[in-house]
Parts: sequence; C-alpha cells; structure tokens
Amino acid sequence: MQASHDTHDHAHGDHGDHAHHGRAPGLMGWFTTTNHKDIGTMYLWFSFVMFLVGGAMSLVIRGELFAPGLQYVSPEFYNQMLTLHALIMVFGAIMPAFVGFANWMIPMMVGAPDMAFARMNNWSFWLLPPAAILLTGSLFVPGGAAGTGWTLYPPLSVQMGLGMDMAIFAVHILGMSSIMGSINIITTILNMRAPGMTLMRMPMFCWTWLVTAFLLIASMPILAGAVTMLLTDRHFGTSFFNAAGGGDPVLFQHIFWFFGHPEVYIIALPAFGVVSHVIPAFSRKHLFGYTSMVYAIAAIGLISFFVWAHHMYVTGIPLTGQLYFMYATLLIAVPTGVKVFNWITTMWRGELTFETPMLFALGFLFLFTVGGLTGLVLAITAVDIQLQDTYYVVAHFHYVMVAGALFSAYAGAYFWLPKWTGRMYDEALGKVHFWTSIVFFNVAFFPQHFLGLAGMPRRIPDYATQFTDFNAVSSIGAFGFGFSQLIFLWVVLKNIKGGEAAPVKPWDGATGLEWTLPSPVPYHTFEDPPVITEEHLAAAH
Amino acid sequence: MTKDTSNQFAGLKTVLTVLLAGSLAIFAGVAQAEWKLNLQEPVTDLARRIYDLHTFLTIFVTIIFVGVFGVLGYSLVMHTRKRGHKAADFHDNLTVEILWTLIPAVILVAIAVPATIALVNQRDTSKADMTIKVTGYQWKWGYEYMSGDATGIKFISVLSTPRAQIENKEAKGENYLLEVDRHLVVPVNKKVRILTTATDVIHNWSVPAFAVKTDAVPGFVRDAWFKADKEGTYRGQCSELCGKDHGFMPIVVDVVSEAKYAEWVAAQQKEMAAAADDPNKVFTLDELVKRGEKVYTTNCAGCHQPTGKGVPPAFPALDGSAIVKGPKERHLAIVINGKPGTAMAAFGAQLNDADIASVVAYERNAWSNKLNDVIQPAEVKALRGK
Ligand SMILES: [Cu+2]
Ligand SMILES: [Cu+2]
Repeated sequence: MQASHDTHDHAHGDHGDHAHHGRAPGLMGWFTTTNHKDIGTMYLWFSFVMFLVGGAMSLVIRGELFAPGLQYVSPEFYNQMLTLHALIMVFGAIMPAFVGFANWMIPMMVGAPDMAFARMNNWSFWLLPPAAILLTGSLFVPGGAAGTGWTLYPPLSVQMGLGMDMAIFAVHILGMSSIMGSINIITTILNMRAPGMTLMRMPMFCWTWLVTAFLLIASMPILAGAVTMLLTDRHFGTSFFNAAGGGDPVLFQHIFWFFGHPEVYIIALPAFGVVSHVIPAFSRKHLFGYTSMVYAIAAIGLISFFVWAHHMYVTGIPLTGQLYFMYATLLIAVPTGVKVFNWITTMWRGELTFETPMLFALGFLFLFTVGGLTGLVLAITAVDIQLQDTYYVVAHFHYVMVAGALFSAYAGAYFWLPKWTGRMYDEALGKVHFWTSIVFFNVAFFPQHFLGLAGMPRRIPDYATQFTDFNAVSSIGAFGFGFSQLIFLWVVLKNIKGGEAAPVKPWDGATGLEWTLPSPVPYHTFEDPPVITEEHLAAAH
Repeated sequence: MTKDTSNQFAGLKTVLTVLLAGSLAIFAGVAQAEWKLNLQEPVTDLARRIYDLHTFLTIFVTIIFVGVFGVLGYSLVMHTRKRGHKAADFHDNLTVEILWTLIPAVILVAIAVPATIALVNQRDTSKADMTIKVTGYQWKWGYEYMSGDATGIKFISVLSTPRAQIENKEAKGENYLLEVDRHLVVPVNKKVRILTTATDVIHNWSVPAFAVKTDAVPGFVRDAWFKADKEGTYRGQCSELCGKDHGFMPIVVDVVSEAKYAEWVAAQQKEMAAAADDPNKVFTLDELVKRGEKVYTTNCAGCHQPTGKGVPPAFPALDGSAIVKGPKERHLAIVINGKPGTAMAAFGAQLNDADIASVVAYERNAWSNKLNDVIQPAEVKALRGK
C-alpha cells in the first residue's frame, strides 16, 4: 500500500488488519473472491475477451461481404456467425462491461465498503463463463450454432439443431446472472449509501444503474419465458408459436421485443452515466441540469417498456397498433434529446481539455446522436417499411450500440484506469486508439445507410452487384476498427506493467468520492463511512 | 447567472443559422454523387409520398445534427483551457430546460401528422382491382391469382442466377441474385392487393419501388397493396431471415400495359392447359427419372445437394438414406406432407402428382440408390390427404 495516504483516505483506520482481508493466493483466490474490485476486474476482462471473440465473428461476416459471391463461408455458417456475433456482443461484452464498472465504482461512489451481497456477487460473475462456453461451444456441435439471428424468431428457431438449445440455456444462465447483479446493485444503492449521500445528491452513474437494474429485473424474466416457450415448442410438443397447433409465431416477437426494447436502454443508460462523469470532469464544470437528467433517465426507462412493436411494423400488426407505437417511439426522443442538450450545455463555457476519456465521451455524443436521429427516421412507420430489415437498420443500431455503449465504456475505462491500477496510461497511445476507432467506425458503418436505402436486406451472405462498392468500403472500415481495438489491449497491458504513478486525483476537474481514495485504491475502502462534502458531489451533480 | 447565460445563447443563434445553411448545401452536393445514396425510384403514389417523407426527415435530422453540433463545435474551439478560457459556474436553468423539452415535442407532433396520413393510406387495401396470393417457401415464392381474368394461374418463382456465378466460377450477370425463372406480372395502373402467407418459416415479400414490405407468416394471412403507374420490371428480396438461402429468394414483378397483361394471361392459361398431365398417364422409368431430375434440381438440390449427400445433420443425405431405400409409401408421404419442425416442406402443396411421382422415382434411382422403382401419379393421388 502507498505510504502517502492523506486525510482523504477514509478507508484505512487500521493498516495492520489489512493483510488478512486480501484475496486468497493464486487462481483459487479469483474463484472465491467476494471483493467488489476483484469481481469488477473479472467482469471487465471477461467482457473484453468476449468483445474480441464477437469482433472476430463480425470480421468473418465483413470478410465474406467484401465482394459479391460466396467466398469463404457457407450461408449456414454465415447465419451462425451473425447470430453469435450479436448474442456475444450484447450479453457477453457490453452488458458485463457495465456491470464491471458498476462493481468497481458504485460502492466507491456511494461510500460503501462493498456490494450488498458479496457472495452473490461472486456467483453472478461465475455464471458468465459457462454461458459463454455454451454459446461459443454450440459452433462445434452437429448442425452448428443457432442461425436465426439474435432475435431467435420461430418457426425458424424450431428448425435449428442442438446449437439452439445451447443458446437457450446460455440465455437462461445470463438472465440469472443479470438478475442477481441487479438485485445487488439496487440494494447497494438504496441501503448502503454513506450518511449525507441522499438520492438526489448521488452521482449520475449510480442513478443510471439504479434505473437499469430495475429494467433488467423486469425484462430478463420475460426473455427467459420466451426462450423457455421456444424450448417446449421444440421438444415437448407445445404450440405456443406454431399456427398448426393454435399458436402464433408473431407472439414470440411481441414477447421478445417486450424484453428487447428495454434491453436497448439497459445498454444505453449506464453508458449515459459514465459520460455524465467524464464530460463535467474535462469541462471543469458541474453537470448541467442534474435534476432533469434524473427525470429523463427515469422517463426513458419507463417509456422503454411501451414501444416494443416498433421493431414489428411489417409483421402485420393493426393500423392502430402501428400508430400507437409510432407516437410512443417519437415520445422517447424527447427525454433523449434533453440528455444530449444537457451534456452539450455542460461543456458550454467550460475550460475544456481533450484527454482520451474526453475524446471517447465526445465520440460517444457524436455517434450516439447520429444513431438517435436515424432512429427518429425509423420511428416513422411508413418510412420504416422501406428500411426495415435493410442495412439502414444495421447502421442505425451500430451507431447506437457500438458508439453509445462501447465508446462510453472506453471513456470510463481510460477515466478510471489510473484509479484502478495506480498508474497513468500512455496518453499518446490512447489518442491513437480513439482516432483510429472513430475514423474506421464511420468508414465501416456510415456507408451502410446508403446500402439500406438502396434496398440491400440485412442478414444475407451475398448481394447484388450494385451494392459492391459500399460493401467493400464498409469491410475495410470494419477490419480497421477491429484491429484498432488491439491498441486498447496494448494500453492496458502496458499500464499494468508500469508507468508513471497516478496521483490521488489525476484529472483536476474530477469530483466524487472515488477521487478521495489513494491510487491504486486499497483492497478495502470505506469500511467507515466517509463524510460527504459538497466538493465530493460536484462533478456528476 | 441568468443574464450571463441568456447572452451566451443569443450569441450562438448566429452560429447556428450559418451552420444550418451550410448543412443544406452539403446535403444538396451529396445527393448528386455517383454512388447510389437514396431510396429506389418510386413508381406508386404511396411510394412517392414515402420517398418525400424520407427526404424531408433526412434534411430535418441533418439540420438538427448540424445545429446541435455547431453549438458544440463552437464550444470545443472557443471554450478550451488552451485558449485560456475559464469555466463559468452555472448548472441549472429552468427556462432553457423547459424550452428544449417542449420545442422538440411540438416538432415531433408536426412530423407525426404527415407520417400518420401516409400510414393510413398504406394500410388501406380496400377496393382492389385484383388480388394475388403470395406464399413464402424455403426458399422460393409461390404466386396465385385469386381474382379477375387470371384467376387460377399459379406458379412457383425461383432464383435463376446460375450456381457458378454465386461460386465465382463465372462472371456475374446484370441482375445477379435479383433474377427469377418466372416473373409476377401485373397490369399498370391497377390496384393490386397482395395476400401473404408462408408454409414453413416467416418470410417477407418486399418490393422497394412499390413501398411494399409485408411479412409472410405461416398459418396467417397478411395483406398489402400497390398501384404501379409506370411499366417496367421491379425487383426486391425476401426481407426476413428465413434460413440458409434467405439471400437467394428474390422477387421480380413486371408491370405491363393492359393489353400485354391480357396477352400474358391468355398465354399462361394455354400453357397450363397444355402442361396439365393426363392423370391416368402411365410413365416409364426413364421418363420419370428424366422429369424427376429437373424437379429435383429446382426444389430439392438446394438442401439435399445435387450429389444427394445433403448437409447433415440439418439437411440429411438422400444417397443411401433409409427412407429413400425403404417403402415408397413412406418416402412419398414425407415429400407430400413434409416433416414438421424441420426445413423439409410439404411439397404436396407445391407440386402436382406427376412431379412428385417423378422426383421420388428419381431419388430412388439416382446416385447409389438403384432401386429400379417406378412410381405412377395415380399412387401419389391415392396418398394425398392421408
Ligand atoms: Cu426498440
Ligand atoms: Cu428470407
């Protein structure tokens, strides 16, 4: 431990006691650890590995699509790749990444010694690897993985082989993990805040996770139900989704998207939270409109349950249904707009500097707004009918998901890395990582808008020759983007091995309890609740 | 603080206006570029209305984007530590926050009005001049004319791009992957109602030039309509992932003049009469195998492969298969009724008795399955509905 503990260190009344509380040595220590920082680290590494796996699959897809004709993979394998790419990215990479941030940061932000249910925390992490093995392992069973797209629509999913069942069980396990994680986060936030840390003084990241955790608890069981019905249709002769037995295939889509739309915000809200910390820190200003931000988050969370069928405009839902879902979807643009305006006003008349976390936060803002605005176009049912199931939609949700979630996660990682490891990362490399990422991302995904407009359907392994040029450009961008992510791995490994020691507060504009702790943070923090002062709250408040 | 902030916002208005004008100029420039950047040329009133709605929305969101990021851009340049700017201290302004909640809400209502009108129009399938039933199969489309002079005309439409082009062994043709053996033909300026359904999984019948995109859901019927006002050939693709060959089941529609349409209908009816098989005809093994090979290539080879080896376990081999080499009643029953829960379709609905008899005879005599079985259409007829 560092000798230079100053008065800000509320954590360690008793240094002598400390050694007894460490992680058990070796691998066993990681299996048995209940420390929120250990578990956060494992979540983050897990998600990064899954991100690389899912990314490699996307490169198979983009490699095949570089030119028309079938080059490298069969259509069946292509379908398996696009399915696993999506499932792994959503459930294996993005969601665990933000749970990792939650584990690391929420106790430190609210002044709690650990998560509320430390043992359950261990269990919710260790459920992930088996799920990941089921998903990736399904590639190697007879018939291969599910080739239905991540939406798993029946009756196609009923035709699939063993790989489908493995995907269903993986979803069950991931759901359990998410629900346990959510219970933990809600309890920690509601019950373990330090005295003086009232709800409306709480950092924005905690607010976004509080709403997200409720969304998860409400929506994951619905997904679990849907895939269980699929399982019984497949094996036990039920006919939930089989018209011949009195069921309806479209029922599955309603259930799936009732989960699926909140899922979009489950991914987006924590990303909003991270950015709400980074932007004020590098603007040297308070977050503008804290209260309206909180209301906007709550509103987005609530409305997200009432817009699901905007994914189903072409399934033949009645006109009144289409109208309702169009209006509801437009409505959700209002609180989302409020958030963007708040971030921009936060920077307005600030004292801006552009370190890597800030660059990624700006990248997030830029790309997320593009995705949000194309979302507005897609919300209009009549227009959506031209664009549904085309590459326009693919471009749209990658702008929202990759930009929204991934860029924000990078902003957070660079922001808090000095706190985690106690060393500064290589700023120049970080900047290279940012610039290559944002340039290649746009090269990869912006042309897909044009492909979609011209009528190229999504989820096809081969295409008409008129789509050739933009596909080639998109593939080049995708490979560039993919390999740029290895720079981040390099930055982190370099940072772990060595580097300039980080001060307690490496970012002069940052505020919040976590910046009162030494760098690296001790294994145990806030065993005695800290005293909350206005200064601690400023950043995300 | 209030005075301070209002000043800021006033100064920004100028920046905003300039940027809006700039964005429009850029938009106009991009629209003239060579690569296809926009929706396909619409040929129905509705598709034109949607085209315009999309153009309006795109310009509108571009303006918002440029406006918002113009403000941000100004800040990113001017309000930096490098320039020695000192951070102001404000973090709330109720008026501004109410304004930027209300103004977007009002704008959205304004967008919702034309969007609603277009949508109501799109769903109005009443007073159609003719109706065509479209059935999605893995992986081809079936068309059946349900009303008018063409009533009773029905056929299957399959991708006609040669395998060699797909496998890059031959140069790709002009309409690579967007060509089929039999086009759907409709008269110009007639309101055509499309009924969609499917037999196996969900497909989607989509022709962008008509602004039609409707799921074909097994066991249910959906509808859509179009009234094309320009003769020509229009192409679309299946737009719902439906398995292996989802990318290989295009849609081609010929919109022709009234006179040409009447000609086409007459020709089709003549052809159907000529092609109708005498139900009591007795085939020789050679005739069956020859005809069966053709049927096999169009309907079966996609999954079970031309070699009969299939792609196990999803698509089992027929060469040496227990079912193929077993009793012919069982073999016929699977071809007629399909196998629920798998991609094996019920071909009884797609093929006539002679086609089923010949394809089964072909399978029982091709590759290493030298059973010397002869199957007559009458046997198929007897098994139907059992
Ligand atoms: Cu949605
Ligand atoms: Cu399809």
